[in-house]
Amino acid sequence: MTSVADQVIGAHAGAAAHGIARSTPAVSIPVAATERELRLDLFRGLALWLIFIDHLPPNILTWLTIRNYGFSDATEIFIFISGYTAAFVYGRALLDRGFVVAAARILKRVWQIYVAHVFLFTIFLAEISYVASSFENPLYSEEMGILDFLKQPDVTIVQALLLKFRPVNMDVLPLYIVLMLFLPPILWLMQRKADLTLALSVGLYALTWEFDLALPAYPNGVWYFNPFAWQLLFVFGAWCALGGAKRMSRILSSPVTLWICGAYLLFAFYVTLTWHVPQLNHFMPRIVERWMYPIDKTNLDVLRFAHFLALAALTVRFLPKDWPGLKSLWLRPLILCGQHSLEIFCIGVFLAFAGHFILAEVGGGAGIHFVVSLCGILIMSGAAWVFSWYKQVAGKGGSRTKSADGDADLAGGGA
Amino acid sequence: MRAIGIPILSLMMLAGLTAGSPSCAEDAAKSCDVPAYLLTSDSPLSRVAAVIKAGGPLNVLVVGSRSSTIPGAEGDAYPARLEAALREKLPGVTVNVSADIAPRKTAEDIAPGLSKLAEEKKPTLVVWQTGTVDAIRSVDTDNFRGALDDGVAALQKAGADVVLMNMQYSPRTETMISPNAYIDNMRVVAQQHDIPLFDRFAIMHQWNESGEFDLFRAVHGVDLAKRVHNCLGRALSTFMIDTARINPGEIRIQR
Repeated sequence: MTSVADQVIGAHAGAAAHGIARSTPAVSIPVAATERELRLDLFRGLALWLIFIDHLPPNILTWLTIRNYGFSDATEIFIFISGYTAAFVYGRALLDRGFVVAAARILKRVWQIYVAHVFLFTIFLAEISYVASSFENPLYSEEMGILDFLKQPDVTIVQALLLKFRPVNMDVLPLYIVLMLFLPPILWLMQRKADLTLALSVGLYALTWEFDLALPAYPNGVWYFNPFAWQLLFVFGAWCALGGAKRMSRILSSPVTLWICGAYLLFAFYVTLTWHVPQLNHFMPRIVERWMYPIDKTNLDVLRFAHFLALAALTVRFLPKDWPGLKSLWLRPLILCGQHSLEIFCIGVFLAFAGHFILAEVGGGAGIHFVVSLCGILIMSGAAWVFSWYKQVAGKGGSRTKSADGDADLAGGGA
Repeated sequence: MRAIGIPILSLMMLAGLTAGSPSCAEDAAKSCDVPAYLLTSDSPLSRVAAVIKAGGPLNVLVVGSRSSTIPGAEGDAYPARLEAALREKLPGVTVNVSADIAPRKTAEDIAPGLSKLAEEKKPTLVVWQTGTVDAIRSVDTDNFRGALDDGVAALQKAGADVVLMNMQYSPRTETMISPNAYIDNMRVVAQQHDIPLFDRFAIMHQWNESGEFDLFRAVHGVDLAKRVHNCLGRALSTFMIDTARINPGEIRIQR
């Protein structure tokens, strides 16, 4: 379904990288010329699962999420891969159809994500209204103050539509909306001066840290994921998609990189271990602690970014794109989820709300927590399978070009 | 994300394996059990230690928001329970615990008045419970940290030991309030000033996981709140004595 398209984009990626004409052979391309890059789908699917598990109350499965083993977490994976796939798909559209059409398609995608966000907000409103009317416990009279905003729904709803009021667990889609909104100019520049674009992105990141750039939130504070900082991952993903990954391959395969990455991951693992086993804190020099903490998620701390880079470098090195396991039945659910990221992300957030509700009604207990998490993952996988099936069925009726257009959905991917 | 009560996650598997159904949890004895590492700190409480060795008076001031009291049953809230537990464990030492509760006030609202408060009441130790209102209003974490920093410095300058206490573990509002960033920042400030942090969040989370208390369920009446506060008061007394490196047995012999 994507083979032709991928060859085209591959050629363009090569062209962008080398600054020569379209005839650049498809061989010089970072991604497989004939097939989808299944590793991207795999890890985006994995990120979706991890985000879902992280949104539920902690349980045994929480132990599988990567944030327990280092600085970065599923959000980094998600934003990077979203940047990569968005640049990949819309970059092709930009070259084939021109800037205006590509920009229009990106904006259509932005609208879809926005609608998804509003949909999730509606569910959130229903959930907390239920809690407000049913939950009573004098122990938590202070915490129930969070429900005060229900007293003025006019303000709250308008602020939510403006993306300024964002409940817990609903910070990722607004970030994604803003990033996608600026994708057209980023792509335009990226296809002409890839390194300059990346340099500008790093510059904006540095300015953000220097001058505390941030977007205001309602009722106060700032956006949980600061777009001025997180754009770095998104643009870096786009840069990799448009030839950067290929040019970095020498660095990536060098043993020095391997050792640096390994050492850094070990260091991060040890630091994380001191959070779990406080006794280890004795062995953590105070100076390191003072310099290192807090590890800021809002502004994408350099430690987090570096941790993601190290993880990605090792993954690319040890998981070749033609790894037979990618075709295995066991990884199929993950890959399917990754291929329908926006839908699965929304289902995941909804299931997290529903999971909280069930746990509240049935009562806690580790066993039920585990069952709820597992059911959620099964539902996500089942839904992804249905989406794939439908797409296949619908695709058979359409023309080739149409199915290539539809492919743009794959670049989406909420969060 | 250095997230959801990371330190306690380490215990969760164990807790998960042992926790039964809610009904069986109800029957379990309310022993206030807390893992030892949550009841101590490497940071010193030198003034508390000195005062206890001198036989008192040990004046503890709890500065907090509404979760430091039980509406309508103040005498059963953890400050009063702390006083009772300390008197029991430190016979012969004069102990006074007072509470200064300011509902709906963020750390930024409280910090400027701390210096004056400390001069008026001359406490040996100030337990500063904060973060809940900040998390509810999602106050900028940099401002939150700055306010903590100023407040702790002012209290230390006024000659008091300081213990920071973070928010309650509140499973029902988990999808609405995100306490993690505030918990992290409190830990950072505690480390920077070398003062103990009483991890109320982790302790209550532990109780919920182990079945000691079912914090998820709706409850009418103040009974559950009273029992939780009783356990918190006891835990805080153990935390203070252990962190001050006091052996209550020795004190009893001296008296």
